[in-house]
Amino acid sequence: MVKKAFAFTLILGMGLLFYQLYRQRSTSTDLNKTARYYVENGPKETGSANVVTSVVVTYRGLDTLGEVTILFVAASIIGFFLKNQRNRKLEGAPGETSELLHTGSVFLVPLIFLLGVYVFVNGHLSPGGGFQGGAIIASGTVLLFLADPSIGAGRGVIHVLESFSGMLYVGLAVAGLFLAGGFLDNRIMPLGHFGTLLSAGAIPVIYSLIGLKVGAELSSILYALKDAKE
Amino acid sequence: MTHIALAGGALLILIGVWGMLTKKNIIRIIIGFSLFDTGLHVVLVGLGHLKNRTAPIIDSDLPREAAASRVVDPVPQAIVLTAIVIGLAVTAVLLAFALKLYQSRKTLDISELREGNND
Repeated sequence: MVKKAFAFTLILGMGLLFYQLYRQRSTSTDLNKTARYYVENGPKETGSANVVTSVVVTYRGLDTLGEVTILFVAASIIGFFLKNQRNRKLEGAPGETSELLHTGSVFLVPLIFLLGVYVFVNGHLSPGGGFQGGAIIASGTVLLFLADPSIGAGRGVIHVLESFSGMLYVGLAVAGLFLAGGFLDNRIMPLGHFGTLLSAGAIPVIYSLIGLKVGAELSSILYALKDAKE
Repeated sequence: MTHIALAGGALLILIGVWGMLTKKNIIRIIIGFSLFDTGLHVVLVGLGHLKNRTAPIIDSDLPREAAASRVVDPVPQAIVLTAIVIGLAVTAVLLAFALKLYQSRKTLDISELREGNND
């Protein structure tokens, strides 16, 4: 009971804090200095139509690299904790899943993967990007697992994709040091015509690599959770 | 709209904290964490919103010169994009811990998990 009362007091305090935040939030109708810089110079300097993408991939690109690293570490921890047996047949699991699910997944999984690729390739033009595209690809993997729980294929491909895209990402970032203004500078490639698919320098390439890496990373987490040994 | 986003986000955070502090089942605690995380994202994006403005994407309807006076703050959106993925990674690690704990102790109730009570 004491614990519940303590929790209630804490939540009341937090609620009060949020109320203060709500009351004192800035009522300005203009962008602050940082945001104004990004919006005014982002499209010109990076060639990306989506300002959020230019912030995520170029201006704060180092944070994104750190974020991909966190995702990698999380996937490694899960893989370490849940040691799994390769190609193990699930005991007690139904050998055959529903016909509908199986046929549906054969039709849908390639389309879902295609949508994921579309979203991350167009990350600099539309509200999409590597993380969103990668998550869509991972949702396709979930459907694949639901349709056939004993599936073991693709694990090697996932690991190769993961290492390959991660290393290429860092390689492109370092190339910015030599060919352009600094680490993760996207101007190592020509900026191209603003608003077209092949524009914004290295941003589409980097975002595609991030998309592949996130998709592979999440799929390997799903694999580890699916095949967790008893 | 901003009011609804901020109030809803704050409510989600408070529900999440309540769940994390009072629930005994680990899965429920993880759901509490997830709610907390989502509420935080809603509040952050809500704070970056400016009235009568649109998404920070330049196209034919939004010329580059007029952008600064017609778009919302892109920085909170970029931060939340990062935070969502980190939250997902943390949730996955939590779930893996819960699975491992269940396999070794055969329970998800934290009041039955005490140090040295290893039966």
